[in-house]
Amino acid sequence: MQHALLDLWYGFGVALQPSNLMWSVFGILIGNLIGVLPGMGPLTTISMLLPLTYVIPPVPAILMLAGIFYGSMYGGAIGAILLNLPSHPPHAVTCIDGYPMTQRGRGGAALGIAMMSSFFAASVGILMMVFLSPVLEAVAFKFGPAEISSIMMLGLLAGATMSRGSPLKGVAMTVLGLFVGAIGTDVISGTARYTFGINELSDGVDLAALSLGLFGIADFLVTVNRKEIKANEAKVRMRDMRPTRLEMKQAFFPMLRGTAVGALFGAMPGTGPTITTFIAYALERKISKTPEAFGKGAIAGVAAPEAAAHSKTQVDFIPTMSLGIPGDAVMALLLGALVIKGIQPGPQLISEHPDIFWGLIASFWIGNVLLMVLNVPLIGVWVRMLQVPYRLLYPSALFFIAVGVYSTHNSLFDVSEVAVFGIVGAVFLALDFPAAPLVLGYVLGPLLEENFRRAMLLSRGELSVFVTRPISAWIIAACALLIAAQLYAYARRLRKVRPLLAEELLAE
Amino acid sequence: MKSLRKLNKDRVSAVLLIVLGVAIVVQGVTYRMGTLTRMGAGFIPVVLGVLLTLVGVAIGVTAEPGDFGDAHSAPTEWRGWLCIVGGVFSFVLLGMYGGLVPATFVSVFVAALGDRGNSVRDAALLALALVVAGSLIFSFGLHLQLPLFAWG
Repeated sequence: MQHALLDLWYGFGVALQPSNLMWSVFGILIGNLIGVLPGMGPLTTISMLLPLTYVIPPVPAILMLAGIFYGSMYGGAIGAILLNLPSHPPHAVTCIDGYPMTQRGRGGAALGIAMMSSFFAASVGILMMVFLSPVLEAVAFKFGPAEISSIMMLGLLAGATMSRGSPLKGVAMTVLGLFVGAIGTDVISGTARYTFGINELSDGVDLAALSLGLFGIADFLVTVNRKEIKANEAKVRMRDMRPTRLEMKQAFFPMLRGTAVGALFGAMPGTGPTITTFIAYALERKISKTPEAFGKGAIAGVAAPEAAAHSKTQVDFIPTMSLGIPGDAVMALLLGALVIKGIQPGPQLISEHPDIFWGLIASFWIGNVLLMVLNVPLIGVWVRMLQVPYRLLYPSALFFIAVGVYSTHNSLFDVSEVAVFGIVGAVFLALDFPAAPLVLGYVLGPLLEENFRRAMLLSRGELSVFVTRPISAWIIAACALLIAAQLYAYARRLRKVRPLLAEELLAE
Repeated sequence: MKSLRKLNKDRVSAVLLIVLGVAIVVQGVTYRMGTLTRMGAGFIPVVLGVLLTLVGVAIGVTAEPGDFGDAHSAPTEWRGWLCIVGGVFSFVLLGMYGGLVPATFVSVFVAALGDRGNSVRDAALLALALVVAGSLIFSFGLHLQLPLFAWG
């Protein structure tokens, strides 16, 4: 307890160093700015600034990326509430009640509530990080290659099956991601795999190119000419943002419950923030005395999902930093950035790089306070930013993507990689595949392969090592449970769908 | 009609995954496989290829006409696709043979034409604005390695 507080104190020292603070503030501002722009989520934003992290030291780099992440989440709420435009999927739920509030003229209050809930939930999440991470770290120290591989498999499996849409398609994308991670020189034997004689590929596929292709270009391809974005004349001024006392009262308990839901799911690897917000919203509607008010501008429908998204985001950092298992694609990108900086994610990260871990935690707090302070006076600017039309936005973003990827290795080949992954991503998106598991697989792939091969070497090729070592056995049991749950859900759906289908055919 | 399209989507996915999986295996077996104890470079990729094929088969077998998730089946936006992909590739080509300024102008111009709401004039103006901003930020500010102009 006391130790954690001392570490936290040290963390504030790191985060408040002028150069670290500067990059962190820069990340928050850029994240907030781009998050507001329609059609730009944290994934695109982080990917776009990933190249910049190659040239700055690891601590400010990670502080900046994290800043972009939660900055853009604050920004995303603005678009969702004022324009009914979820630039980041978790905000889709916020639209349901946030936009009707705007139509009623209470958009400012909705924003105010969203910000307060976010700040409260983030603070709770940060506290959990402070006290839980060292505990998890102590357990994680007992992990050998077998345990690390099995927990990675659990993370991948959860990431693949718990996202929205078909679990099989999630698994397919994860496997594909693992494969893309295997492209390049094999670290153990030095063989060039799947490079087809292309020299530039021997270092593997570039993380920035992959993620910008999948979350940037592919997104443009799917969105262009499809989304009608109306310029909305919503005028929100600073004083509109203060909710009334009644609204505060109505939002208070939903905020607490949303925070709890987010914290609970944050601890589970693989559950994305989107599903968390949906659960928080459903819970509120279920226990509400006035469920019919939901969808028409109930303040609880804004407070709960926003709180859930933010506490989930913070708690997500626990498995990411202490185990090296990213919960979703954003965390995978952050881990990827650490790997590029030569920092091995995993149990040893907290003790070997306390500046990164505790500095990050402290910067979360500083960042969240800054966001609260910044967003209130800047709201007028954000509202104007929302009116930038998509037709001007995406060509500009495309240019920044191209230059950004080029600058990482001064290689135009990487830029063509972006185009290729853009096409691949758009094809898979059109076929209803989720893109996030691919990045998760790509980042974890090389780590998983290395640990798996090492585990096999140590056990002399006995696959049973995964179930004879107790910690690993539990993790494998959790994997089996996940698969069983999916099979069960599938069997149930099958029973329900078949008769329905027959009816449908008859009706036609 | 809608259910038919959904069915096709799953079937198309299955075929795509199986082709990919088999291709990965075919290429993978050319690397050293090794044993489970001492895995060669080809071991894991081959396993992944087999897995991908199996998942593809599973998706094909379970393909059902029921409408799950948000299947928005709009016709393919060829103009957008062509212009956006063309925009990225023109950056690569002109970056090689022309330098930053022409690469920026052409890539933004081409990409912008992908949106039906953009006129040629709008696209050109946007491209021009980004040429100026891009040169200032990247060439003068951040000293990007790519020269502003490069002939040949």
